[in-house]
Amino acid sequence: MMERPEMKAATQRKAVPAASLPSGRLRLLVGAALLVAALLGLGLWASLSGGGEGLRTNLAERSLPPSWGHPLGTDWLGRDMLVRTVQGLWLSLQVGLLASLAGTAIAAAAGLSAALLGRTADRIVSWLMDLFLSLPHLVTLILIAFVCGGGLRGVLIGVALTHWPSLARLIRAEAMQLRSADYVAVSRSLGKSRVWIMTRHLLPHLLPQLLTGCLLLFPHAILHEAAITFIGLGLPPDQPAIGVILSESMRYLNAGLWWLAVFPGVALLLLVGAFDRLGHAASALLDPGRSQQ
Amino acid sequence: MEKLSADIQDGRRRGAGAEAAQSASGGEGIKGGWGLYLLGKALRLILLLAAVSAVTFTLVSHSPVDPVRAYIGADILRVGPEQQAQIAAYWGLDEPPLERFFRWVGALLSGDLGTSMIYREPVADVIAERFASSALLMAAAWLLSGALGFSAGIAAAMAHGRWPDRLIRRCCYLLASTPPFWLALLLLTVFGVALGWFPIGLAAPAGMAAEEVGWLDRLRHMALPALTLSVVGIAPVALHTRQKLLEVLASDHALYARSRGERGWALLRRHGLRAVALPALSLQLAGFSELFGGAVLAEQVFSYPGLGQATVQAGLRGDVPLLMGLVLGSALFVFAGNLLADLSYRLVDPRLRERSRTS
Repeated sequence: MMERPEMKAATQRKAVPAASLPSGRLRLLVGAALLVAALLGLGLWASLSGGGEGLRTNLAERSLPPSWGHPLGTDWLGRDMLVRTVQGLWLSLQVGLLASLAGTAIAAAAGLSAALLGRTADRIVSWLMDLFLSLPHLVTLILIAFVCGGGLRGVLIGVALTHWPSLARLIRAEAMQLRSADYVAVSRSLGKSRVWIMTRHLLPHLLPQLLTGCLLLFPHAILHEAAITFIGLGLPPDQPAIGVILSESMRYLNAGLWWLAVFPGVALLLLVGAFDRLGHAASALLDPGRSQQ
Repeated sequence: MEKLSADIQDGRRRGAGAEAAQSASGGEGIKGGWGLYLLGKALRLILLLAAVSAVTFTLVSHSPVDPVRAYIGADILRVGPEQQAQIAAYWGLDEPPLERFFRWVGALLSGDLGTSMIYREPVADVIAERFASSALLMAAAWLLSGALGFSAGIAAAMAHGRWPDRLIRRCCYLLASTPPFWLALLLLTVFGVALGWFPIGLAAPAGMAAEEVGWLDRLRHMALPALTLSVVGIAPVALHTRQKLLEVLASDHALYARSRGERGWALLRRHGLRAVALPALSLQLAGFSELFGGAVLAEQVFSYPGLGQATVQAGLRGDVPLLMGLVLGSALFVFAGNLLADLSYRLVDPRLRERSRTS
């Protein structure tokens, strides 16, 4: 018996989605894998080309518009803008990762203590949250950068300190719910300490929320790092940061060197946008109401 | 915007009606509820400002940036240690931090914020003067982004699932990831440098006395920073409005209206608009913090002499009194936004008033 080919194709087409993950998850996984691969490649390239060929000043080739030899053009010292941009992105990634991890750690500590260490701790934490939410992020960033005397430390501390309250609020609410779970009550009646319950029971349970929170924090961290560097209070001018590239480009816009500002900004936008989408997809996955879409 | 204010008016009327019904049925008087509410808010504000100033002062006094050096600037080699000590004594920097803090608070309570080191003017004057130009900029951007975002959100929700919806959503995601200062650079390059439509900086043409600057010139200089700020602010309002309107359109009363044959604009106007206008308004009000942050960046790019630029300069050049004043000022600004958002809800939603009265 021969089956008609188009029928076979039809049954196959039907069978595939049923057997595999729902398409939203699949897309997310593929997107995440591609992103990570692209970023690893980026990092490899950045570290291979670091200080070498592309960043050498070449006064014969300065201020060239985009061409095949230099896809993003060259700057006023003849440095290749593609290499500079990639290095800037790599630096942004590293700083953003560190800052958002630090912010997540603060949020986890604050949220869990607020939920578990009694009313006083809860009050103190909410008061701190209100305090940090009462200032515009950029003002806090400028203040902390000033206090640290500028530089990487100021950026990391500033970004970590400005972004924890919203995640901490979420973690606190989740931990409050978990606190009354049966297994936590049993654990408590067995005489386990609060810290033990916190680290052994609640933290593993909250890990997905923390990871998504970290992922959602990441694009903001990158944007704020670039912003504070751009206004001159972040990473020092000798670093190949996107903020530095863009703030230097301001002096040459009048001379018509538009490619100095446009392409590094597009690259930053793509990086931030990709992580933003990924974060939202991941949080939709965690939300039981939306995870099956 | 007229629509929005009309909604608030309407809300107030409805709110007042509910209040009257409440007091008639034996509840507390209207005055008591509002008085307590405002008293609580004022108390919160005082506590907040006290905390912000204490924390800021502690932080600033641990900064490695030496205010005397920052004050002298490039002339540091020509100023001897004795003179430096004199300057420190003049600013009161040789006293212990705690004493300085209480002196500063004492002066603050009498309305004196100190003297800015870089502008050599009282901090209060610097802030007042710059707030005027920043406020103009932020107000324009606030209105424009609110109107655009609100309309975009409604358009997206009305076309739910079709291409306009997808397009608007994509644009919003894109805008949400756009670095504001880069957008400013882009607008500057396109409209300022390439097309030459707008001037590329400052609040007025250079070399012109302040009285001669007409409002048209001011407007031209404000256009690009305001446009930057508005574009940055569109995405949150649009996405929020879209979400809210979708919820409203999926509700029972909208379904009932549909079953009676109401469609499109009439359905939106009668059943949707009022329900989504208030959330959008309060989101915009609560977004004062983002607005200020955006203004810092936009003003920096366009050298627009506003509060944001002053904040950056204060941070870069170590002007501690100005920085402290600006921190307090921005806290006040954000608080005002949140208070207005809260008030707008209370005016409309009697349940919120109930809760605060019973607790």
